[in-house]
Amino acid sequence: MSTMTREETEALIAEVLEVYPDKAKKDRTKHLAANDVSVEQSKKCITSNRKSLPGVMTIRGCAYAGSKGVVWGPIKDMIHISHGPVGCGQYSRAGRRNYYVGTTGVDTFGTMNFTSDFQEKDIVFGGDKKLAKLIEEIEQLFPLHKGISVQSECPIGLIGDDIESVSKKASAAIEKPVIPVRCEGFRGVSQSLGHHIANDAIRDWVLDKRDGVTADSTPYDVAIIGDYNIGGDAWATRILLEEMGLRVVAQWSGDGTIAEMMNTPKVKLNLLHCYRSMNYISRHMEEKYGIPYLEYNFFGPTKIIESCRKIAAFFDDTVKEKTEAMIAHYQPMMDAIVAKYKPRLQGKKVMLYVGGLRPRHVIGAYEDLGMEVIGTGYEFAHNDDYDRTIKEMGDATLLYDDVTGFELEEFVKRLKPDMVGSGIKEKYIFQKMGIPLRQMHSWDYSGPYHGYDGFAIFARDMDIALSNPTFKNLVPPWKKVEAEDVKKAA
Amino acid sequence: MAKLRQCAIYGKGGIGKSTTTQNLVAALAEAGKKVMIVGCDPKADSTRLILHSKAQTTVMHLAAEAGSVEDLELEDVLSVGFGGVKCVESGGPEPGVGCAGRGVITAINFLEEEGAYDDELDFVFYDVLGDVVCGGFAMPIRENKAQEIYIVCSGEMMAMYAANNIAKGIVKYANSGGVRLGGLICNSRNTDREDELIEALAKAMGTQMIHFVPRDNAVQHAEIRRMTVIEYDPTHKQADQYRQLAQKVLNNTMLVIPTPIEMEQLEDLLMEFGIMEAEDESIVGKTAADLAA
Repeated sequence: MSTMTREETEALIAEVLEVYPDKAKKDRTKHLAANDVSVEQSKKCITSNRKSLPGVMTIRGCAYAGSKGVVWGPIKDMIHISHGPVGCGQYSRAGRRNYYVGTTGVDTFGTMNFTSDFQEKDIVFGGDKKLAKLIEEIEQLFPLHKGISVQSECPIGLIGDDIESVSKKASAAIEKPVIPVRCEGFRGVSQSLGHHIANDAIRDWVLDKRDGVTADSTPYDVAIIGDYNIGGDAWATRILLEEMGLRVVAQWSGDGTIAEMMNTPKVKLNLLHCYRSMNYISRHMEEKYGIPYLEYNFFGPTKIIESCRKIAAFFDDTVKEKTEAMIAHYQPMMDAIVAKYKPRLQGKKVMLYVGGLRPRHVIGAYEDLGMEVIGTGYEFAHNDDYDRTIKEMGDATLLYDDVTGFELEEFVKRLKPDMVGSGIKEKYIFQKMGIPLRQMHSWDYSGPYHGYDGFAIFARDMDIALSNPTFKNLVPPWKKVEAEDVKKAA
Repeated sequence: MAKLRQCAIYGKGGIGKSTTTQNLVAALAEAGKKVMIVGCDPKADSTRLILHSKAQTTVMHLAAEAGSVEDLELEDVLSVGFGGVKCVESGGPEPGVGCAGRGVITAINFLEEEGAYDDELDFVFYDVLGDVVCGGFAMPIRENKAQEIYIVCSGEMMAMYAANNIAKGIVKYANSGGVRLGGLICNSRNTDREDELIEALAKAMGTQMIHFVPRDNAVQHAEIRRMTVIEYDPTHKQADQYRQLAQKVLNNTMLVIPTPIEMEQLEDLLMEFGIMEAEDESIVGKTAADLAA
């Protein structure tokens, strides 16, 4: 499928790394590979989840970003305190496009920033009293909140504040959950550890709070795990699951609530979309409550159909029938989209560099449009992510882990993809190089991309980027004149 | 006027740093020197003998009350006591919370920015808590702060271990900045051949025992009255001891980068003076049952 042979890909990697000093070259070589579809375990070809080297311009985040920004932040009816100095919370405020329904500041708080705004004196004398006071004030000012999480910034771990005891006391006083999260940014090598810490905090402080309490449940109850509702993704997913005859009782955590989380141990099946950030809690629910989890992919009709049938297989025939009816219902719409866009996008090549699941999950959607992903990589994946990626990518395609600014730029220059799918930090670099880029973290302020509805938008957006006339006009007028003069003179 | 000399006093906890520092400072003041003491210990007991107070209100406490350290004026934190000695306590949290080291850094930066180290001063003494446990407590010996260090110790094993460890910290900053070790001050605990032992330790570390302060109850009598011996009973022979120490510090030219010794060397020294028994290597790691067999 790929236009490059294994030898060519390996030569490309070697060539790009040539400029590095020996030690850096040795380290980075382990993180770059030509895909080998024949291996079962990715650790044979690629190393991941290691500390980034200073100076390489990694785009990774920190544990706080993983916990507050990704896992906890979208839980809409809770207030998430960024505990420490003001910057961590203020400069990430409303930064992820996890949509929610509610009245902000009254019963939902998603786009607000709550911080203990540490000053020098709080470092020296400790911030526990300030935290207790802050919780008290939150309770007075925002009485409709359903709980509080305390997201630790770096200084909390350095000065050893006892946020657990403050949280326990405050929780008893306000009679709502108060959850301390030890997600200090210096922990771990990327945001990935923050996801794990956040999952563990949910396990220890939230999940078992309604154990033994009977809730009305049906044999069709499922939870969406690891969908952060970027641009409405979880909503586009939920529609389909409901049409299949399932009852979605919880969304983790896009447009989610803490009550939904507490009720999740009563579902029949957990549906796991972002494996990287929520596999931990899914495994825990499997072990403790015997709830199986199923990884699915709702990008593009091929993967949607495959996933829906896999999910339906867990349930009775009525669900299977409804699923087939649903697939049949949407098929003409999908066919129309493919008929419209495929002729324009056919054969176009894409390189991806994103975060947790998209470097592999969106491949199918591109293929549905006749496009090809010729290189992909993750910021903070572990090897179980690459195990899953190997199968999705063509043989001898390029894989890059925690890629450096230099490497990605060089790879793009040499592989010459028709477009790049990555983030805001990459966007303008590649656009100025004359290559269309779509942000695949935020959907470039568009979306949703999940589900059938999402695919229509995805296809349109890729076409918008690739057919943008701007990229044919990259030479400025005065240079054009020069070029013509040269031609005339000749 | 002579150049301002900034000195830091380190030593094992409880060795008598604060008492020795304040008596030394009182003797310097008596000799007409303008001196300031900066207490770098959350306990804030570095200036009580000079000020006759329980504990001076500290920079960090005042800053916490005022909102931030920027809201303070120099006169809020500076008190003047016996002999015109200026006193400041950095202050910090109660045990077990917050970050005392950051308190020291904040307080010293504040003093510098506010111009506390004026041209009138001859000496600044930093009285620093126990060991150098983190970067904050090394603040007084970083660049542009204290240039001279005195370590208070005694002939007890742990005090000597601590002195040697502090010397290791000094070496680190001596290489990057200009800090030097001025000597060991032996605050006697009446152990056997204590003066010879500390002389020997000082020699091994490449420095000197600048003075041997004998043990005397006059120090305690003065302390009960929250006074230095110099002030309480200027005619007492112990007051003369501190005057001698002050003269030696005034005239001290032996400022060195120390050569901290290895653990084995220190143990050999202790064995030589009969403070430590030779270890019997043959019994290490053997249980009672092993030894009976």
